[in-house]
Amino acid sequence: MLRFLLGRVAVTILTALCLTFAIFALTNLKPNLVKLAKTEAESRMTDEEVERWIVRNGYARPVLLRYGEWLGVMPGWEGGGTAAIPPRCKRAVPDGAEIPTFCGVLQGYFGFSTTFKADVSAIIGRALGLTGWLMLWVLVVMIPISLLMGVLAGMREGSRLDRTLSTIAIATTATPEYVSGVVLIVLLASATLGVSPILAEMGWIGTKTLFMGTATSAMDNITFWNFALPVTTIALYGTGYIARMTRASMAEVMTAQYIRTARLKGLSFGAVVLRHALRNALIAPFTVIMLQFTWLLNGVVIVETLFNYKGFGWTIVQGAGNNDIELLMGCSVVAVIVVLVTQLISDVGYALLNPRIRVS
Amino acid sequence: MDSLGWGEIIVAMALRFAPVWLAIGAVFVVSIRLRRRLGLYGKLFDSGSGMVGLGIVLFWVFTALFADIIITHDPLGQVSGMKNALPGTLMPDGTNPYLLGGDNLARDVFSRMVMGARRVLSIAPAATAFAFMVGITLGLAAGYRGGMFDIAQTFLANLVLAFPVILLFYLLVTPAIRDSWIVTTLAAVLFAFPIIFFVLLWNSRYHTDPRKRALSIGLTLVVGGWAYSGLAFNADPTGIFRMDPNLLNVFVSVVFVNAPTVFRIVRSLTLDLKTREYVAAAQTRGEGAWYIMLWEILPNARGPLIVDFCLRIGYTTILLGTLGFFGLGVSPESPDWGSTINEGRRLLALFPHPAIVPALSLMSLVLGLNLLADGLREESLRD
Repeated sequence: MLRFLLGRVAVTILTALCLTFAIFALTNLKPNLVKLAKTEAESRMTDEEVERWIVRNGYARPVLLRYGEWLGVMPGWEGGGTAAIPPRCKRAVPDGAEIPTFCGVLQGYFGFSTTFKADVSAIIGRALGLTGWLMLWVLVVMIPISLLMGVLAGMREGSRLDRTLSTIAIATTATPEYVSGVVLIVLLASATLGVSPILAEMGWIGTKTLFMGTATSAMDNITFWNFALPVTTIALYGTGYIARMTRASMAEVMTAQYIRTARLKGLSFGAVVLRHALRNALIAPFTVIMLQFTWLLNGVVIVETLFNYKGFGWTIVQGAGNNDIELLMGCSVVAVIVVLVTQLISDVGYALLNPRIRVS
Repeated sequence: MDSLGWGEIIVAMALRFAPVWLAIGAVFVVSIRLRRRLGLYGKLFDSGSGMVGLGIVLFWVFTALFADIIITHDPLGQVSGMKNALPGTLMPDGTNPYLLGGDNLARDVFSRMVMGARRVLSIAPAATAFAFMVGITLGLAAGYRGGMFDIAQTFLANLVLAFPVILLFYLLVTPAIRDSWIVTTLAAVLFAFPIIFFVLLWNSRYHTDPRKRALSIGLTLVVGGWAYSGLAFNADPTGIFRMDPNLLNVFVSVVFVNAPTVFRIVRSLTLDLKTREYVAAAQTRGEGAWYIMLWEILPNARGPLIVDFCLRIGYTTILLGTLGFFGLGVSPESPDWGSTINEGRRLLALFPHPAIVPALSLMSLVLGLNLLADGLREESLRD
């Protein structure tokens, strides 16, 4: 087991290095640097001015060297010699402190965001906190509903309940976040259409709309009315997928010999489902839920853009739109860690949960 | 301003779609007559959800085909006075209504929706097919050969899969990157796989018959090379095969994102199938490795692959919509559904129809594909 774990961790670190380098190289392509120069300095610069800006700000040095600086294995850049372009490591420590030689991710310094003019770690920390709440509620809503749907559909394969739930599950997997978000806003959060005008006319709600069409206010204070729509939008897309996986796994378990034995010895159907089938049927969905995190990240980006909730996804979009290199690198470190750690947990967890799998 | 009621709008739209109804009807009548001779496709007509799915998919396919005669207005034409017009509003001269209203640039939502179907359906299936060619060729080899080749391939596939999709799109699908070497290189590599696939396919099949081998491989190389030069390098002298650089960029990124998943599916299927007796029999006969992979293993893996192909077209459609939603890689005029949703969402609370129409269209197409895949899976498991 230990060797297996160590091997996985080594591969994970290698993957993370390759990925971050790929992203670093992509953000440092010439056209992207030109974009950065134009957003940072002035949009109507001539080609020579852009060229000089890139050299002056240190972006013209070899990509590998600068990746090393970002990582913290190369001495940090000494800067352009002016107050406007300070040495890279000056911002890593409080004012007046001695400037260290190395400052990179390994030393815990994630760099400086050119878009927000602030420390990347501070921006990402705040954004992750906001997205954490979103994810928490998505999981709280999504997992019980989807598991319940899957178990109910799978315990009697081919029944009417199964058909209905399966159709619902298929429909939700066919609805990407940008579609369900738009539909939900129109139905529940529009002053002219959907249910809100009717409710307002009948005097049941005091505000113009039932739910709020943006989640900006949820950044300070989460309420049901400003957070339900974004949470539902993300949860909807994943629910169907997990439910279908659970159903397939449940249906397979229900045809097993030991279930028939349990039924034949006179146990009630409910007792068989709860005591014998459920545990075995939930092994496969566990993996699926863990791998779902990657998909959730996509959903988070779309929903945070749509509902204007300034979390992690919104930050990625801002960084990418302005080619904010160090912010993007910080975001990708987080994204890659989330993806790889969940993959690792799902592999290890699968091996632990399933008595038939032995890692050696 | 005069306008039509909802009943009239629905009747008028149903009439516009007349060629589509006729075509769907014809396909269904012929298929149900011949269903016992049509294999898996014929069996689809035994499952209710499969038929519904096929019906929806056919609806959009024929809409894309007949788009020119369905549309009521020029999808790019702007008519003054029709800005954000409500559904059913008549033109200023009192004729030819905007069936589903006008968008914020006073263009006809209905015609844009119909033209958007053509745009989506001309990219999604083709991109999925390319991803399958890449995934099948590499997945078979990795699963069958194993060893270092497999380890390296799996590592690369996991690398691409761990890449946040949206960040990748933002970095790859921009006008600036479009003209750089990255997209061209990716296109050159990815577009070579169909040619490699077919050359291997024919070579392993006809290696005992030099005449057929020369003919089939020669034909593949000539036609494939011609298309390749046009699509990847825009160097086709006759100009038949060419791709708009924007489109190429979108196409390549979507193939790049999809191929690793297909690779993983094919690899795991191959790992399973290569332990079967017929593979051992072929090995004993002394067949070549590629013969066994392409003519013994691949046909036996077709069931799950066909199902995944349908699902993946749907997923590709969603990805294309995501690209459009973030305004990446498409010209602002383009009627494709994703960018129309993106444009429409700014005025969503006041004028929802420009965003709702493409949103529901996209959803119904993906739903149709999912139902079709579900029906195929059920029917292929039955025997």
